[in-house]
Amino acid sequence: MSIMEIIGSFLVIVGSIFLFLGALGIYRMPDLYSRLQAGTKATTLGAMSVILGVGFWEPDWFLKLLVLVVFIGYSNPLSSHAMARAMFKKKIFPWTKEGGVDAYKEVIEPTGEKQES
Amino acid sequence: MNSQPTHLQPLSTQTKVSRFLMNWLLLTIVWIGFTGTFDLHELLTGIVVAGILSFMAIRIFTCCDLALLAPKKLFYLGKFIVVFLVALVKSNFDMARRVLSPALPINPGVVKFKSQLKSNFAKMVLANAITLTPGTLSIDVIDDTFYIHWIDVKSADPEVAFKEIAEDFENLLIKIF
Repeated sequence: MSIMEIIGSFLVIVGSIFLFLGALGIYRMPDLYSRLQAGTKATTLGAMSVILGVGFWEPDWFLKLLVLVVFIGYSNPLSSHAMARAMFKKKIFPWTKEGGVDAYKEVIEPTGEKQES
Repeated sequence: MNSQPTHLQPLSTQTKVSRFLMNWLLLTIVWIGFTGTFDLHELLTGIVVAGILSFMAIRIFTCCDLALLAPKKLFYLGKFIVVFLVALVKSNFDMARRVLSPALPINPGVVKFKSQLKSNFAKMVLANAITLTPGTLSIDVIDDTFYIHWIDVKSADPEVAFKEIAEDFENLLIKIF
């Protein structure tokens, strides 16, 4: 095995571990938003790492894969943000502990004067 | 909210040309990345296609103009990418720690803070960066107020939250955009 293959395998393994942890996080977290958090972060780094690992195996593809990594890096948080916002607009509010803060609830359901947006 | 969406506001010729050239450059780089070759024919096709596309998309691709190529800004852009990658790795370990510990140490909530960033693109980059940093997920941006879902709320005070979550990124982004 060459050095490149070792680095590639290492990155792929690390990526798969993070993807697994993301799945576990989706299973264990209490509400949609926390699940989304676990999902987003783990899939971003996991997918990036796996793709880069493949890039080390096949150096010819490296530039292409780099473009893909950049694309994942900004499309993944965008999609999770869109989902979180859509859930809030549907009035699904996050689970909080006793006395937790929820600053966005006031925007969706104004308590005092009615806001128009 | 502005009366007109950003992509409908009138632009000066200078902005247009500058933006067009920058988009051309970026698209050409993406083309080279995808074809993976510096062969003359491929390169020429790419340059022509990228030119046509960026001409058509002057009002849509509003991210950056030639000012971004100043060495100082490029330096801060590089620094931003490094800070961002470190935060991304940290956030994954943070998440792994929370997920794997049996007690599930979370205290979720939504906090808000104000940002000083002006341009829409800079706000988008900040929101994306926040989503990928430890324990935070941006939910909405209304004008200059960011609403952030925080998995371990340390303080509901906007200023403290801003310091904890966004200060590093914002300081760099102000210098870039």
